[in-house]
Amino acid sequence: MSPLVIFFASIFTNNMILANFLGMCSFLAISSQIRTSVNLGQAVTFVLAVTSAANWLVYHYILVPAGLEVYRFIVFIIVIAAIVQLSEMIIERYFDSLYYALGIFLPLITVNCAILGVALFMIIREYGFLQSIAFGVGSGIGWMMAIAMLAGIRVRIEKAPVPEGLKGAGIAVIATGLMALAFIGFSGIINIS
Amino acid sequence: MASKSKQVMKKAILTENPVLRQILGICSALAVTNLMMNSLIMGLALTFVTGLSSFFISAARKYTPKHIRMIVQTMIIAVLVIVVDVLLRAFYPTMSKALGPYVGLIITNCIIMGRAEAFAMNNPPVLAFLDGVASGIGYTLVLLAIAFVRELLGFGSLFGFPVLGASWTNWTLMIMPPGAFFMLGILIWITNNKKEGGQA
Repeated sequence: MSPLVIFFASIFTNNMILANFLGMCSFLAISSQIRTSVNLGQAVTFVLAVTSAANWLVYHYILVPAGLEVYRFIVFIIVIAAIVQLSEMIIERYFDSLYYALGIFLPLITVNCAILGVALFMIIREYGFLQSIAFGVGSGIGWMMAIAMLAGIRVRIEKAPVPEGLKGAGIAVIATGLMALAFIGFSGIINIS
Repeated sequence: MASKSKQVMKKAILTENPVLRQILGICSALAVTNLMMNSLIMGLALTFVTGLSSFFISAARKYTPKHIRMIVQTMIIAVLVIVVDVLLRAFYPTMSKALGPYVGLIITNCIIMGRAEAFAMNNPPVLAFLDGVASGIGYTLVLLAIAFVRELLGFGSLFGFPVLGASWTNWTLMIMPPGAFFMLGILIWITNNKKEGGQA
């Protein structure tokens, strides 16, 4: 399958949040302002692009030849944590303004399930190197899109008369459900699962 | 001691249910709940990992330096998840396939880290174990509640047994992602209303 197909599919039809439910924790916690959501989304996309490549290389050139696939969970987590730490240091050193925009979000990303999810999905679906990178970047962009849209919706909802018990997380989850419903409309175009 | 353990259990399962009250760990809560069997296995796996990781993290808490505790906790959790993954693949390969990446994603389930940070770091191992198990049970119950509605309406069956008969028209929406979001939203709504009703 062409990496380009995977790229678009992971944005629209196999969106990390709307189809696979990954990265929901920070999704609901952060998504109340469009600006911060976009910043977090950028950080996630960046980390996903780098970690999907790194995890693919580690898995296929170290774990498989050594017969240690069983330990992939632990290895992926270490790789992700190390890369997040490293990119935080590099960004702090060389890209000052970016650091102030992304800085506080970077450590949070280590525990974002979307990052580990992408690594595990690409192994299960047996993607090649380029396919994995396309999948990583596409998933990141799809995640950013979903979180920014939800932030926009939540800004409007604040002014709406929502039932008392639904305020906050409840209505956010239902709004996400409606968004997921809309995205099912894309599913005729491409399908990768 | 006995009353304290009881209190811990009750708090973790009911009044501070991790999924509904604290909105933690919902990634997998939504992904696996289209079938009750998947939800049950997922819930048991998470209960196992949360209970034992709380136990070990609590047992090691006096020897863990503060600033690397996250790494230590993650390692303990990852090892336990590997155990679950291997057991599942050996004894229940079809379920292992069905759950796919969501078994591995137990590592990043916020419930486990949350219990480790909030409870296991400050309490003795046995109590931490109970707290972890109770949180796991609270999570399992929510998963089963969501899966009950989704499988019943989506497939007309429960645990794979047909219940509603051949004349039932399956609600495909319920087994697709939006159904999961709607069910979770409704459950959160119900629990919030319950809580307010209880206080008034």
